[in-house]
Amino acid sequence: MLEIRNLHVKIADEDKVILNGLNLKVAKGEVAAIMGPNGSGKSTLSYVIAGKPDYEVTDGEVLLDGVNILEMAPDERAAAGLFLAFQYPMEIPGVATMTFLKAAMNAQRKQRGEAELTTPDFIKRVNKAADLLGIPKDMLRRPLNVGFSGGEKKRMEILQMTLLEPKMSIMDETDSGLDIDALKIVAEGVNARRDPEHAFLVITHYQRLLDYIKPDTVHVMSRGQIVKTGGAELALELEANGYRDYQSAA
Amino acid sequence: MPAVQETIDQVKAIDVSEYKYGFITDVEMEKPAKGLTEDTVRYISARKNEPAWMLEWRLDAFRRWKTMTEPSWARVHYPEIDFQDIYYYAAPKMNGAPKSLDEVDPAILDAYKKLGIPLREQEILAGVEPQNRVAVDAVFDSVSVVTTFRAELAKAGVIFCSISDALQEHPELVRKYIGTVVPVTDNYYATLNSAVFTDGSFVYIPKGVRCPMELSTYFRINEKNTGQFERTLIIAEEGSYVSYLEGCTAPQRDENQLHAAVVELITMDDAEIKYSTVQNWYPGDANGKGGIYNFVTKRGDCRGKNSKISWTQVETGSAITWKYPSCILRGDGSRGEFYSIAVSNGMQQVDSGTKMIHLGKNTTSRIISKGISAGRSQNTYRGLVSAHRKATNARNFTNCDSLLIGNQCGAHTVPYIESKTSTATFEHEATTSKISEDQLFYCMQRGLSAEDATALIVNGFVKDVLQQLPMEFAVEAQKLISISLEGSVG
Repeated sequence: MLEIRNLHVKIADEDKVILNGLNLKVAKGEVAAIMGPNGSGKSTLSYVIAGKPDYEVTDGEVLLDGVNILEMAPDERAAAGLFLAFQYPMEIPGVATMTFLKAAMNAQRKQRGEAELTTPDFIKRVNKAADLLGIPKDMLRRPLNVGFSGGEKKRMEILQMTLLEPKMSIMDETDSGLDIDALKIVAEGVNARRDPEHAFLVITHYQRLLDYIKPDTVHVMSRGQIVKTGGAELALELEANGYRDYQSAA
Repeated sequence: MPAVQETIDQVKAIDVSEYKYGFITDVEMEKPAKGLTEDTVRYISARKNEPAWMLEWRLDAFRRWKTMTEPSWARVHYPEIDFQDIYYYAAPKMNGAPKSLDEVDPAILDAYKKLGIPLREQEILAGVEPQNRVAVDAVFDSVSVVTTFRAELAKAGVIFCSISDALQEHPELVRKYIGTVVPVTDNYYATLNSAVFTDGSFVYIPKGVRCPMELSTYFRINEKNTGQFERTLIIAEEGSYVSYLEGCTAPQRDENQLHAAVVELITMDDAEIKYSTVQNWYPGDANGKGGIYNFVTKRGDCRGKNSKISWTQVETGSAITWKYPSCILRGDGSRGEFYSIAVSNGMQQVDSGTKMIHLGKNTTSRIISKGISAGRSQNTYRGLVSAHRKATNARNFTNCDSLLIGNQCGAHTVPYIESKTSTATFEHEATTSKISEDQLFYCMQRGLSAEDATALIVNGFVKDVLQQLPMEFAVEAQKLISISLEGSVG
């Protein structure tokens, strides 16, 4: 599904190198977790995969189903089935959440050459997904993310993921700022989409989220590289020992 | 929701930044020599067969204008205007006033058709619900070519015609009200307008009448080197209501053209006027060549108690905009509103805002201004809120938001607040924000293109004001804003 080869990335207009020859594979149906200390480049990795313009890829490839997506605009990557749940979702004042959802869903459909959703079909889908995630209807009428609590914003990300039906989803520190109840709802949203067709890359600093989303593989990231790969037990080990062993590995 | 989608579609349909209404109509015109003298004023007045008092009024204005100097306090820059190098009157050649549409030059009818302005009543009547009908006064350069639905409006007692016709048919009404809101000597451009105004609309709503349809005037500058000086006068008698909309376009020309209009609104006890403008004069090219100088004086007088005047403007065109639709809140309990969206792109300069003059007791006003600057444009909000000594319990709420797109444009907010009574409550809020790369990236991650994302964010920004426009115009305005911002991202 997702394959990253020898990825080198620096901040555009600066010399600061953040990713330093990173390699990673996430197979169809797999839930992979990336754990690592602050500043190891986890968030940068997610942004670069999604196409944020602040970074410059100096070497390497990012393949989605065998196609190098690095030359594609962010919206093209989205239409190709890539979704990034943001650590800090943006507020869009004056734009009702429903309006935004419809615009996004139809934009992707259009780009894929599919017919736009009819309004009743759209509303049916939104209501179903919102009920599942415990999102009240009035929240859908409010401007996107404006005045939402941290938990509400994260739930809104999961709602968007559910509606956009991406094949590859990246969760960037989706657990940060969540209480246990919200965390469970978010995890359920992910787990509901786990099947042999979909893949997930879950980026987190803590083991906590992985109690609710059981990963197939765990990668440890440090100084812009994957330094260790293992099964779910690796997360527990990190929880017990911390990242100290990996700080100097790169 | 559908409107937003429509905006997005509209933006998609157009691949380059383009002024849609830049075409030129080839019509034989009648114009006196360029330049401005007493003879020009006499010519205009004679051409319109005006009563003697009107000519005297104009001549008085002209003499005063010669003693005045152009204002320079606005944050706009342009080369000195040569007032002797302008045509002050340009009318399509015809034998007398057209009695029906069949007598109007087909080229002119075609021009309005291209602009999407319906002038044939029969066509409008077909398939349109009566409450959604709009009566149109079409002003082409210096003259009104047609006013629709006059007969039907007359049944309700409403007078809707060109000001030239009003001077023939209702001279007493014009004489009673003209210049009572914007005095002859109000300012340089208003005085100029008083001397040489050529046409415009006249509306009179009698006591207790709710105007049965939307009224609108569509101004078109076509002729080269011609100034358009129109004058609009709207009177709403006790307990009446009218909603009025004006639209403006001009051909794409390399020279700058002057548009100096005066609009006067008067509301008596419990009357209400809702005045909406969608201004889309040619803005000039990307390097600032050509475009309209839009130097306009608009003012409403809430003369009666509990009367209301509401200005809504969507300003996307003109090379330079100098415009402050204002309210004089004279009647006790009267209310003034100003809702504005001013979009500037390219090299456009906007200095616009409002004045809310509280004179009566318990008067209230509300100002919502949304400025959007892109390209290398400069966008200034300039507003005055004042309360007279006797304006006890006056209240104002002002909200000025500016949105910047890119890093070469400017947004400026210049609010003046004066209160001579301790019982007044004035609130002022202002924000300046930039469409951030992060917001754009977020929207694009969800599948929206850069243009769609910008259109969505801008529509969100201006939503409060768009809601004030009549429904069909809100959709139009939304499209216009997106088109104006074409090419501002990327």
